[in-house]
Amino acid sequence: MTAKIAYDDIEVGTELPAQSFPVTRATLVQYAGASGDFNPIHWNEKFALEVGLPDVIAHGMFTMAEAIRVVTDWAGDPGAVVEYGVRFTKPVVVPNDDKGATIEVSAKVAAKLDDNQVRVDLLAKSDDQKVLGMSRAVVRLA
Amino acid sequence: MALDQSFVGRSYPPTDPYEVGREKIREFAVAVGDANPAYTDPEAAKALGHPDVLAPPTFVFAITYRAAGEVISDPQLGLDYSRVVHGDQKFAYTRPVHAGDRLTVTSTIENIKSMAGNDILDIRGDVHDAAGEHVVTAWTKLVARAAGTTAKPADESAAKPADEPAAKTSDTAAEGA
Repeated sequence: MTAKIAYDDIEVGTELPAQSFPVTRATLVQYAGASGDFNPIHWNEKFALEVGLPDVIAHGMFTMAEAIRVVTDWAGDPGAVVEYGVRFTKPVVVPNDDKGATIEVSAKVAAKLDDNQVRVDLLAKSDDQKVLGMSRAVVRLA
Repeated sequence: MALDQSFVGRSYPPTDPYEVGREKIREFAVAVGDANPAYTDPEAAKALGHPDVLAPPTFVFAITYRAAGEVISDPQLGLDYSRVVHGDQKFAYTRPVHAGDRLTVTSTIENIKSMAGNDILDIRGDVHDAAGEHVVTAWTKLVARAAGTTAKPADESAAKPADEPAAKTSDTAAEGA
């Protein structure tokens, strides 16, 4: 592990660079193929409406994959992630147009732990709604 | 119908090994739009001290969830998986997954709860490599929503954390719909 951020340079409250991740229907089809998750609520509007959803929604695991990029881009080494957990609180609704949806992710250091590790709390929003709850990662820094 | 509490603690036999390939990792990284060279360039990964390209942190879910499918579809457990949504997900890594790994998953039912007619199932997937060393553990909370409710995202309260109809349950949901 060779994280590019030094533990000693980090304080509680340090903000990680925020990022926005676009997601369109095409993104979801591509993610379905790569992940093997072909649940039709992620690509079939008719099906999504039938089960009570407002529209096609992004895979929760897609949103989880995007959110951690704020941490891995910051740490430099994706292998520095020691723990990562989320709660799926709201869906990311992806309309069938050219724009799709956007997932906005911000994060800050919430605690300094032993062994050069820090806890990072993540905030992921789409359409001004918080889409992940209890979103936390533990990262081992240099 | 409440699930049988006696299933708490039950472990399922380890899966056959899943061989992690460089191109599968690349496909996943491209799908999530992540251009980190550690996912696609073995030299970049080696420069960080890894033996081969890494998988992004959530990549392993595809493997653990497939293994959890055995629990979900266990007829003795009797989970109504047409109503299952994905509530929480957590990973704890001993080391990152990388290309060349041959991974087996052992699934265990950690907890079963019934709340307001919803069945809440916690499944732990322990992932080991070919040498038998621990790589990562995945915890997946699934919620089978009470009959009579639609499988829509929980927008009512924090007491019902589940949100997204879980992966791979939908084929059945489609048939049952």
